[in-house]
Amino acid sequence: MTQQHKQQRRHLLQALASAGLLSTVYPLMPALAKEASPRLVPGQAIGNSDIFDFTIATSSLEIDQQLTSQAITINGTLPAPLLKLKEGREAVLRVHNSLDVDTSIHWHGLLLPYQMDGVPGISFAGIKPGQTFEYRFPVVQNGTYWYHSHSGMQEQLGHYGPLVIEPEAGERINADQDHVILLSDWTFDDPAQVMRNLKVAEGYYNYDQRTVVDFFNDVETLGWQAAWQKSAMWGQMRMSPRDILDVTGSEYTYLINGKASSANWTGLYKPGDKVRLRFINASAMTFFDVKIPGLAMTVVAADGQPVQPVKTDEFRIGVAETYDVIVEPTAEAYTVFAQSQDRSGFVSATLASRFGLTAPVPPMYPRVERGMEAMGAGHAMHDMMSSDSSHNEMMHEGHHRGQAMAEKGGTVSHGPDNHGPGAAMVVDKPSSRLDDPGVGFEHVSHRVLTYSQLKSHAGWPDKRAPAREIELHLTGNMERYMWSFDGEKFSEVDGPIRFYKDERLRLILVNDTMMDHPIHLHGMWMELENGHGDLRPRKHTIIVKPGERVSALITADAFGDWAFHCHLMYHMKAGMFRVVSVA
Amino acid sequence: MSISKNIRHLSLLIMLGFSITSQADGSGLQADPSWPKPVHDDELYGQLMFDRLEMQNIEGSEQWLWDAQAWYGKDLNRFWLETEGSYDQHHRGEIENLDLQYSRRISPFWDLQAGLGTQTNFGAGDTKERYYALIGFQGLAPYWFEIDSNLRISDDGDSWIDIEAEYDWRLTQKLILQARAETSYAFSEAEEFEQGEGLNDITAGLRLRYHLSRELAPYLGISRSHWFGDTRELIEAEGGDSHTTGFVAGVRLWF
Repeated sequence: MTQQHKQQRRHLLQALASAGLLSTVYPLMPALAKEASPRLVPGQAIGNSDIFDFTIATSSLEIDQQLTSQAITINGTLPAPLLKLKEGREAVLRVHNSLDVDTSIHWHGLLLPYQMDGVPGISFAGIKPGQTFEYRFPVVQNGTYWYHSHSGMQEQLGHYGPLVIEPEAGERINADQDHVILLSDWTFDDPAQVMRNLKVAEGYYNYDQRTVVDFFNDVETLGWQAAWQKSAMWGQMRMSPRDILDVTGSEYTYLINGKASSANWTGLYKPGDKVRLRFINASAMTFFDVKIPGLAMTVVAADGQPVQPVKTDEFRIGVAETYDVIVEPTAEAYTVFAQSQDRSGFVSATLASRFGLTAPVPPMYPRVERGMEAMGAGHAMHDMMSSDSSHNEMMHEGHHRGQAMAEKGGTVSHGPDNHGPGAAMVVDKPSSRLDDPGVGFEHVSHRVLTYSQLKSHAGWPDKRAPAREIELHLTGNMERYMWSFDGEKFSEVDGPIRFYKDERLRLILVNDTMMDHPIHLHGMWMELENGHGDLRPRKHTIIVKPGERVSALITADAFGDWAFHCHLMYHMKAGMFRVVSVA
Repeated sequence: MSISKNIRHLSLLIMLGFSITSQADGSGLQADPSWPKPVHDDELYGQLMFDRLEMQNIEGSEQWLWDAQAWYGKDLNRFWLETEGSYDQHHRGEIENLDLQYSRRISPFWDLQAGLGTQTNFGAGDTKERYYALIGFQGLAPYWFEIDSNLRISDDGDSWIDIEAEYDWRLTQKLILQARAETSYAFSEAEEFEQGEGLNDITAGLRLRYHLSRELAPYLGISRSHWFGDTRELIEAEGGDSHTTGFVAGVRLWF
């Protein structure tokens, strides 16, 4: 036990003793924890309430062997300590703001009264400097979630932490070890400067753009005509097939549980153990592709909600998503390898039977390039391009995989002005590619998780068919770094999206941009319609790929106002944000 | 009684007025008007860009050239300041244009711009100036051509059009070959500005730049200009050439 832990415990005990209400003190350390494991938020139980204290402050700490003083920490750590709640009890979360600006905590994925959701301007006024806000709500679910700031750009600076809720009925999955693996992206620069760079200089962080060399490589593989056509097609659209992530490894240091690869976070097990890994993507902007070479993973929960077990070798985790996987390691050490979607960087950590062991770190995959289906024109382009008999690499995405799903939408409408200047492109024939893991796995021969593989165990209580459909288009214009829904950012729309209390509705999302967007609805589940009838998986965050149409069923049972937004932080900040009002 | 009722009605109306103004964005039904907005997506940004800041060696004589633009504003509406000009070893120079424009993004890739500007020749005898109003387009054409085009009408009633186009070939992630071409066409003659009626000139250049950072890129290049028609005659009458080739060295930078 470190000095800090002892101190924390002593403070806590003092506080409890003076309160005179001590009944249970949660163990501050999990069984196998060393300094590499996330610390817990100190808590106490009084009656039916579990009470936890958080202090938000800036701290100086070392990241990747470099000192920074801009980290925003909770109880002194980055990431914030693990919050362990229990289903069926009341959570009382006292958040003290020691920053000199407003802050907030949003409990990501939790169902709670809207006033407790922690979004300034929607749920409450925010937490002023020096102020303590008490969140209080019944815990009505279980699983792996996370919590983070919804103020300014604090998420980028470390204001995020894991949240695990123990099921009331006890764990269904009996694991010998239980580790949180929280992924994030860190910058040593001011996030406001990052935003400014994105706003004034398109592609500022993209050092993997197409070059003349790439064109001649295409000529070699596709022939002159097809290479020229490909180049012309993208040029005509003024779109880049290499536009994968806005902020890349050129800016970011990627972290697992707050540690860069150099610090090699290590999770322990005994060979033969059943190990539960709770992956959380707490990044501001980074989609990660995660694998553990030599170890098959069984996905058992997505976004905190149980799914029928899926065996896989790799999965893509969008910003704000969580996946619980079970692994059964037998060897001495394995590498947990998370590469950014654009292959501009990675972070690795180790699972081992004891500290100090490592396993080989695999190379990153080749650079990523989108195919034309990102414009929703897969079929048309295929016909056009198939005149060239050589292997057509540009059609990879969505063609080798992904065309099995029926095209649900047909032609969609974008309004009379095609969403205006805020939308640099529109997709007339979006396709559902839920059995496509996304761009960047073309050269991979092992199993990669897809949304179509996620199946709930028994479906969900509300079996009603939707009585209403709401269609929203994800729109953007990279030239000006404008991001919006239906071409209008938050400040441009007049009022919220209306859900009628207790209605059952279908939310249809059409992605009219060249980027993947993780779309997050606060306060209510989205049941992803992925072809399994009633066995829809529940999600709080859904990735919508370029040119894709995705739909989800929602029971609007949560009165009040809820944020609905792209969870790429700079997209949200640019206006890809709405309020859903349930009344 | 009725007074207090009226006051209550009045305050209700005022509150309603407030809530209407606060509803001019996507805020929810329960939001208190005193709360901050959940996102601030309508911020002001700005940039100062020296697209070309270079020394030109044209057949033995040197001149310095600037081509800069600055903007300040939001996503769709911005103020633009554009200027281009040159200054030579004989202390003669020309502010070819100094334009202050209002710029509005009217489609995903195009801005409509309108404003006022001035052209000044100085150093050789009297300083000559003219003022003009301008309207134009700036944006990104299909196939990645950056276009800037303006129609100017001067206080003397002269009018002319200029068009600039730039295209970047990315040789590597940091080494970029830029082709640029510009031309102008005048609807009337303005002798003191060496502007003849009809097609005036075409200048084309190639500049190879290396990005030390996104913001800073030194370059080397060549530039060739041809003058035509009446303009050529005006220039030749002054002892100038009908065409010139120059080597350029400079820096592209922005803040």
